[in-house]
Amino acid sequence: MTSVFDEAGQVVPVTVIQAGPCWVTQLKTQDADGYNAVQLGFEESRRLKSAERGHTAKAGTPMLRHLREWRVADPADFQLGQRLDVSMFNPGERVAVVGTSKGKGFQGVVKRHGFAGGPKTHGQSDRHRAPGSIGSGTTPGRVLKGLRMAGRMGNERVTVKNLEVVRADPARNILLVRGAVPGPRESLVMVSKGTRNG
Amino acid sequence: MANIIDELNRERLKTDLPQFGVGDTVRIHVKVTEGTRERIQAFEGVCMRRRGGRGGANQTNFTVRKISHGIGLERTFLLHSPQIDRIEVLRRGKVRRAQLYYLRGLVGKAARIRDRGFR
Repeated sequence: MTSVFDEAGQVVPVTVIQAGPCWVTQLKTQDADGYNAVQLGFEESRRLKSAERGHTAKAGTPMLRHLREWRVADPADFQLGQRLDVSMFNPGERVAVVGTSKGKGFQGVVKRHGFAGGPKTHGQSDRHRAPGSIGSGTTPGRVLKGLRMAGRMGNERVTVKNLEVVRADPARNILLVRGAVPGPRESLVMVSKGTRNG
Repeated sequence: MANIIDELNRERLKTDLPQFGVGDTVRIHVKVTEGTRERIQAFEGVCMRRRGGRGGANQTNFTVRKISHGIGLERTFLLHSPQIDRIEVLRRGKVRRAQLYYLRGLVGKAARIRDRGFR
């Protein structure tokens, strides 16, 4: 992230996204695949497996490392091999960004689920960040499924909706979006027009 | 990606800024928007600290302290803000601290800063 100034001279926090160029590598249709989607490829790479080479060659695109699908109402709006870049975005427009959040490792319930933990004083020992009771007694005699406990946190798909496009620079193909986006630096994200993904 | 962010940050750096540091007396010409009209207001005082400046340097800020009607006023500016029209250096002061927080406890003659003279 960084920040830029708007017309009024106010500071706007932005995330810089290398948005494309992307190519349409496959069109999925209700008849052939059971659902309507458009598959986009991003970032040229020379190290593709031969199956992947064939896939991109069929679409007539460069060899692309990352492939992602977006559900669309009508795949006919796109053409196989079509090149998409940031010129499709305009400042002020809202977008949704999907990313993979930063992995936090094995975390306790206070960090992972926002539990309050135990009392800090009055003779407490070892109870400061404890989850408390996890169930009743003999009835039902087990812990209910889905109970929030400690465990792996982060490293999951996260969608942030309704982010404002601050600037779109077609020369460098970068997109400046107001606010933060899920995931570490340099990670892959999916950007969709509109406030929802899909 | 990091290079692109550096590039973006560099793009908005001002090139016409005077050299000034902590202890210097400066006059900041700030753009003030009143409704649709824009005018320029000066804020004059001692630069009491400068922060940031590493990396892209675009977030560098500095704080100016002045005494207005007997009340101490501190205002922090972003060095590269478009709201700053111009910066004038009026006096160079000799100080032995990086942050002049001690000025807050001083008034009148005690709050003076020695001139640095030519170097």
